[in-house]
Amino acid sequence: MTATASLLEFNDVHVHFPIRQGLFKREVGRIRAVNGVSFDIKRGQAFGLVGESGCGKSTVARAALKLEEPTSGSIRYAGEHVSLLVGPAMVKYRRKMQAVFQDPFSSLNPRQKAGQIIAEPIRVHGLKPPSQIKAEVHRLLDLCGLPTRFEGLYPHEMSGGQRQRIGIARALAMNPELIVADEAVSALDVSIQAQIITLLEDLQRELGLTYLFIGHDLSVVRHICDHVAVMYLGRIVESAPSEELFSNPTHPYTRALIDAVPNPDPAVEAGRHVEPLAGEVPSPANPPSGCVFHPRCPLATDRCRTQSPDLQTIEPNHDVACWNSPQAKATPTTAQRNLT
Amino acid sequence: MASYILRRFIGSVVVMWAVATLVFFMLRLVPGDPIAAMLADAGGPEEMEAMHRRLGLDRALVVQYGIWFWNMLQGDLGSSIYGSRIPVTQIIVEAIPRTLSLSLLAFVIAMVIAVPAGILSATRRNTLTDNTVSFFAFLGLSMPDFWLAILLIIVFAANLQWLPAIGYTPIDEGLWEWFRHLILPAIAIGTAFSAIIARMIRSSLLEVLSSDYMRTARSKGLTPWMLMWGHALPNAMIPVITVMGIAFALLISGAVVVENVFAIKGLGRVLIEGILNRDYPVVQGAVLVVSAIFVFSNLLVDLLYGVIDPRIRLH
Repeated sequence: MTATASLLEFNDVHVHFPIRQGLFKREVGRIRAVNGVSFDIKRGQAFGLVGESGCGKSTVARAALKLEEPTSGSIRYAGEHVSLLVGPAMVKYRRKMQAVFQDPFSSLNPRQKAGQIIAEPIRVHGLKPPSQIKAEVHRLLDLCGLPTRFEGLYPHEMSGGQRQRIGIARALAMNPELIVADEAVSALDVSIQAQIITLLEDLQRELGLTYLFIGHDLSVVRHICDHVAVMYLGRIVESAPSEELFSNPTHPYTRALIDAVPNPDPAVEAGRHVEPLAGEVPSPANPPSGCVFHPRCPLATDRCRTQSPDLQTIEPNHDVACWNSPQAKATPTTAQRNLT
Repeated sequence: MASYILRRFIGSVVVMWAVATLVFFMLRLVPGDPIAAMLADAGGPEEMEAMHRRLGLDRALVVQYGIWFWNMLQGDLGSSIYGSRIPVTQIIVEAIPRTLSLSLLAFVIAMVIAVPAGILSATRRNTLTDNTVSFFAFLGLSMPDFWLAILLIIVFAANLQWLPAIGYTPIDEGLWEWFRHLILPAIAIGTAFSAIIARMIRSSLLEVLSSDYMRTARSKGLTPWMLMWGHALPNAMIPVITVMGIAFALLISGAVVVENVFAIKGLGRVLIEGILNRDYPVVQGAVLVVSAIFVFSNLLVDLLYGVIDPRIRLH
C-alpha cells in the first residue's frame, strides 16, 4: 500500500474557532477543534479516524470537504493545495470528493424525491446528457441495492437504512474518488449498520473508492478500514494499520478505547476486568498543558504535564504520541514531526 | 384529500354561522337605536313605532334572527335601513373589489420587500445589513397603520403632490390610475405585514441554512443561487406560509382603518359607517363577508401545506 500515490494529505492542519463575547464581539478565546493534524490517505485505502465526540474528527471531515477553512496547515488532494482551488478547479474537487453524512433523517432535503436528490448533481454538473439521467439514477439505485421504484419516494417514506442508501447513491452520482463517511452508520440499527458497511465495502471493491471513514465505534472501524488514526482533543495520538493498532495498541488512550469495547461472549465479558477511563474530555477552548491526555492518563509523569509529545514511529507505519512509548523514552530530545 | 376539503369546508361554514349569530345579537346589545338615530328629533313616538314596525324591528329578537337567517340562506342579506334602502348584497359587491385590490396590492408590496430583506438578514446574520433590516422591521411593526397612512398623505399627497390623497378608481378605468390611488394605503397596510414576514423568513431561513440537508446540498457543488432558491427557501417558506395566513387578518383589519383615512368605500368603510348608524343588516352582511374571507384564506393556507411540504398528509 505504501507504494501507491497519496490522495488526501493533511499536513499540520489547525482549525480554530474564535469565541466572541460581549458588546463588541471581542475574541476572548479559541476553540482548537483540530490542533495540528497530519495524515496521508493513499489511493484505494480505507482510512479510519476514531475518537470520542468533540475530539475534532468531524471538523477534519469538514475541512477535507472544504466546508471549513483550516486556520493553518495545508491540505493537498492528489498533490494540489486544496485552499488554492477556485472556480472550475474547485467544482471539480467537490465532485471528486463526496460525503456520506451521519444522520440520514436530516441530511436529505424533505421536499425532494429520491430521484431528484440523486439526479440533481448529475444535472447540475452536466455529468450525463439529460436523456440518460433517468437511466443513471436507476443504475445508482441498483448499485446501492434499492429497487427503481424508490426514485418516486420522499425521504420520510423510507427507513433509515434506505435513506442512507439514497445518501450513498447521491454521493456516487458524482463519480467520486474519495468518500468521506462522517459517522455514516452511527445513527442506524446494528443490523442495518452491517448492511451499509457491506455495501460500502462492495462499492470500494467495484469502483476502487478511497474512504475517509470517521466513527466512534471501534469494531465498525476495524472491520472496514485498512489504517486507523485515533484522535483526542484535536490531535492524532496514534496511527497504525488496523491489525497492528488492534493487536498492539500503544497509546494509553487507544488501549482504553479498545478495552471499552465489550466482548460479544457473555462468559468472557463477565470475567473481563475493564478499568474505565477517569474524567471527561477537557474543553478544547482550554486544553491542558503538556500532553493533552495527561489528566486522564494512568501513566502520566511530570514530563507529560509540561511537554507535549509528538508523533513518533515505533513500527513501520505505526506512530504514537506518548512519552511512555519505548521510542520516546529512548530519545528524550524533542522529536521532530515525522510521518511516513 | 377530497373528504378533508369537504370536512374543512363544513367546519368553515359552521364558524361563519357562529360569527354571524354572535354579531346579530351583540349588535342589538349595543346601546342606541337605529330609528332614533335616523329620525333624530324629527319624529314623535308614533312615527318611531310605525318605523319600527315597518322595518320589523318590533318583533321578538328570536323571530328577527329567524327571518334574517332564513333570508340569508337564500342569498338575501336584507337592505340598508336607510334612505333608498339599497340591498346589502349590492353594497358589499361594490365594496369587495376595493378592499381586495387594496389587500392584494398591500400583500404584493409586502412580499416584494419582505423576501429579499429576510434572505439578506439571514445570509448576513449579525452584520450591519441584518441589524438595519431588523431596525426597520421593528420600526414598521411599531407604527400604527393609520398614523403611517396620515404621514404618507402629508408627504406624498399634500407636500410633494405626487399621488392622490383620497379615493379609488376601478382597475378597468386604467391600471395606472388604479395603482396611483391604492399605492399609499397599500404601503400603510403592508408595512407591518412586511415586517412580520421578513422577521419570520429570517428565523426560518436561519434554521434551514444550518440543517444537515443544506450541508448535503452544498457538498453537491451547487451554486449559492441554486442553494437558496432550490433548497433553502422552499423549506423555509413552510412556517412562513402559516404566519401569512394568520397575518392576512392584519391586512383586512388594516384595511378597515386605512380605508377610512383614504376615503375608499371598501368593506372597512361600509362596516364602520354601518356600526355608527346602527345599520343592522349592513353590519351583519359585512361581518359575514369579512369572516368568510378570513376563514377561507386560512383554509387555503392549510391546503397549500400539502403542496409545499410533502411530509404533511391531509386526511
